[in-house]
Amino acid sequence: MTDNLTHLERLEAESIHIMREVVAEAEKPVMLYSVGKDSAVMLHLARKAFYPSPPPFPLLHVDTTWKFKAMYELRDRMAKESGMELLVYQNPEAKERGINPFDHGALHTDMWKTEGLKQALNLHGFDVAFGGARRDEEKSRAKERIFSFRTASHGWDPKNQRPELWNLYNARKNKGESIRVFPISNWTELDIWQYIQLNDVPIVPLYFAAPRPTVERDGVLLMVDDERFRLEPGEEPVMRSIRFRTLGCYPLTGAVESEAATLSEVIQEMLLTTTSERQGRVIDKDAGGAGMEKKKQEGYF
Amino acid sequence: MDDLVEPIYRTDALIAEDIDAYLDRHQYKSMLRFITCGSVDDGKSTLIGRLLYDSKMIFEDQLAALEADSKRVGTQGQEIDFALLVDGLAAEREQGITIDVAYRFFTTEKRKFIVADTPGHEQYTRNMVTGASTADLAVILIDARKGVLTQTRRHSYLAKLVGIRHIVLAVNKMDLVGYDQAVFDDIVKDYAAFARSIGIERFVPIPISGFKGDNITALSANTPWFKGPALIEHLETVEVDNSADQARPFRMPVQWVNRPNLDFRGFSGLIASGAVKPGDAVRVLPSGKTSTISRIVTLDGDLDEAVAGQSVTLCLADEIDCSRGDVIAAAGNPPQAADQFEASLVWMADEALKPGRAYWLKIGTQMVSATVQAPKYEVNVTTLEHLAAKTLELNAIGVAEIATDRPIVFEPYTDSRALGGFILIDKLSNATVAAGMLHFSLRRAQNVHWQAVDIGREAHAAQKGQRPFLLWFTGLSGSGKSTIANIVEKKLYALGRHSFLLDGDNVRHGLNKDLGFTEADRIENIRRVGEVAKLMTDAGLIVITAFISPFRAEREMVRAMLPEGEFLEIFVDTPLAEAERRDVKGLYRKARAGELKNFTGIDSPYEAPEQPEIRIDTTRTTPEDAADLIVERVLGVWSPDL
Repeated sequence: MTDNLTHLERLEAESIHIMREVVAEAEKPVMLYSVGKDSAVMLHLARKAFYPSPPPFPLLHVDTTWKFKAMYELRDRMAKESGMELLVYQNPEAKERGINPFDHGALHTDMWKTEGLKQALNLHGFDVAFGGARRDEEKSRAKERIFSFRTASHGWDPKNQRPELWNLYNARKNKGESIRVFPISNWTELDIWQYIQLNDVPIVPLYFAAPRPTVERDGVLLMVDDERFRLEPGEEPVMRSIRFRTLGCYPLTGAVESEAATLSEVIQEMLLTTTSERQGRVIDKDAGGAGMEKKKQEGYF
Repeated sequence: MDDLVEPIYRTDALIAEDIDAYLDRHQYKSMLRFITCGSVDDGKSTLIGRLLYDSKMIFEDQLAALEADSKRVGTQGQEIDFALLVDGLAAEREQGITIDVAYRFFTTEKRKFIVADTPGHEQYTRNMVTGASTADLAVILIDARKGVLTQTRRHSYLAKLVGIRHIVLAVNKMDLVGYDQAVFDDIVKDYAAFARSIGIERFVPIPISGFKGDNITALSANTPWFKGPALIEHLETVEVDNSADQARPFRMPVQWVNRPNLDFRGFSGLIASGAVKPGDAVRVLPSGKTSTISRIVTLDGDLDEAVAGQSVTLCLADEIDCSRGDVIAAAGNPPQAADQFEASLVWMADEALKPGRAYWLKIGTQMVSATVQAPKYEVNVTTLEHLAAKTLELNAIGVAEIATDRPIVFEPYTDSRALGGFILIDKLSNATVAAGMLHFSLRRAQNVHWQAVDIGREAHAAQKGQRPFLLWFTGLSGSGKSTIANIVEKKLYALGRHSFLLDGDNVRHGLNKDLGFTEADRIENIRRVGEVAKLMTDAGLIVITAFISPFRAEREMVRAMLPEGEFLEIFVDTPLAEAERRDVKGLYRKARAGELKNFTGIDSPYEAPEQPEIRIDTTRTTPEDAADLIVERVLGVWSPDL
């Protein structure tokens, strides 16, 4: 053999291996599906890992009711195409109290996402949850294991992680523990984009530039995705050619002005851009550099 | 910033000019995984921060944050502290040290890199081994002012132990020694002597400054005496033998059996070595059954060939038994199976190795129960001496014999990381306690085979008209174990059942008379009792034992020896105060007086069963009633659900 595998082929094989280990050793796994591009790749890898069987676990979408419309459309389509069960969970307390990104700030993320995730996992008794986090995203992610253990209250203890050797994963849990497994830990943003391109992985159209109604607030471009968007006095939606580098709740997700309408153009902009991917999200900015680490210790995915 | 060396590949012009051409080229880049290791303050994080910065993996917003952080908590005055880019966790940012393995990614025009930043603290050797286990190359950092240190030796030894073939000796902080060639040459000479002694034949020495950027991306004008290569140039061009595994015989550990319907049965796994094509003859191990590959199935269509490093699903032409843990291998050149080995161990847990205790051993996709003998020796990695050792403590490296409860398919670690590298898992805490590398199987395992017998355990049991059991009584001294066990046997005997009570004292008069009361001997005592009891259940008997057996791990070891459901753990639950009040043999009094050492309940712990099959509360149940309960369970009348 002289022809070697490319880095993407190796990453793909590694991710598939991880998913199969989980299915072989877990009691009740689930895949967290956020409908973003990383989730899209993770889902595609799962379909490859278990083909011709459908992936032998459900998809779980921890919904905030504030995602972009286009995300809900793709979510339902992909669940159907993959033949997987789709579980949608909305924190009933957040729903009852009408928690929203306009009035409640950090509480919105905390209740819908962090609490919602914990509730959903507890409700169904999932012992392993796949997540699409990558180590290149953020500093504390870079130190997290592929099999990352959570206490019964879903906390992460970064000082007490199991050593992970070769491709041997120790999936044995103590009572009450659950595991977050990150099969695409070693992928970079460029790997994700290139894989999407090479494999025709369906993604939400919002990643591509198109004229969309927007308002600019505190230097952040927000898209007016539905009538719930609260315009402030004097604000008027303006059509701009925008796209998103990362997708979340639409009132919390900043867009970039762009003309990149194809994957190649999007990748080109990504490579030439000068700000990091998560900058569009408001979530990392509080608590200084330790924002994500703190959130994870509290149970954020 | 103007004293920084301008990186040569900061922007890739092709991205702007022709993105598709760039992507096409990027797509075919190979991948190198490497680790950086060295002592505290050798500048590992700074070097990695520098590599990320120079390869444009740092964005403007991160750079702005970095500049602000550098001024606030940096250790480089007003200049950029690159270490802050990679020292991710809040705790270590405050302490200014790296405390865990962090993985970083960067790409150059020629290659994509995954780098594991591994810590330099002695207590974190396990993290370095973790990082090294997946690395092709190791960058060993040395502070030019300090030279070769104990940690340098330790990390080099570990890199060699874990099988890393490519070593770069990066002599860092050359700016602080005035770029003096003599300093560099002395360190290289020193290191070469040590490297040779541990079998590292070749290494590439490079004088660098991670902080200033010398000889990172391009040769530095500050070291005109150094002819290259620069660090990045070497990383981009070093021959990484990804194809070495592909040239070896075919092996694929089966991870999962894919069975969507009755018409399809595929075996999924990551190919560990070699290549496979439809029509190839294969052998399934350890059963040894043969078949041929009928299809290589993927979502993108069937493949004509698959090679090491690919995750695939194989279909076989014949319906033969094959499940998770089996290895599908080239029929003409299969790996061996054995159950006794010599191996190197790196101990990774606070709790030291307990020779004789059963651990889970995971190798490939096989998970078996295994016991480790007392180490043959421990290696002092500073002096390379072999030291006598009774155990291995956290971060100790040693060589020991290992026995598994059934044969495993393996290859020597030097041939195959996939079938020679293993982890040990504590059965109670579930922690990964050791990394191991198999050397070879022991000859006695190769020459001792299971003798097939015509009258099997089922036949023995059927002849006696009973289901064999091991009734394992556990509880404090004086709890009433022997009393109840004795009544149980009398009742079974009266009912015409075939039983045998294995008494602890009696066993110590004969079979175990060579054993004392050290921790290792106590474990061995229980192991032998377990083995004898297992033979007796093979003969169809209902075996009764009454040992304090205070440790869960030992009871679980015996449980694992027996077929599922035959081990009944009977917890004779008597509170310590009550047992001590009874003090039938006067032992508690002696223990309290200090005349008996290591007495369970007094100065040695009793680990109560968490889920015993039967629990007897002797403060509420009489021995007679307890015995009735147990007999009913044995005869299948009673179950805990009723």
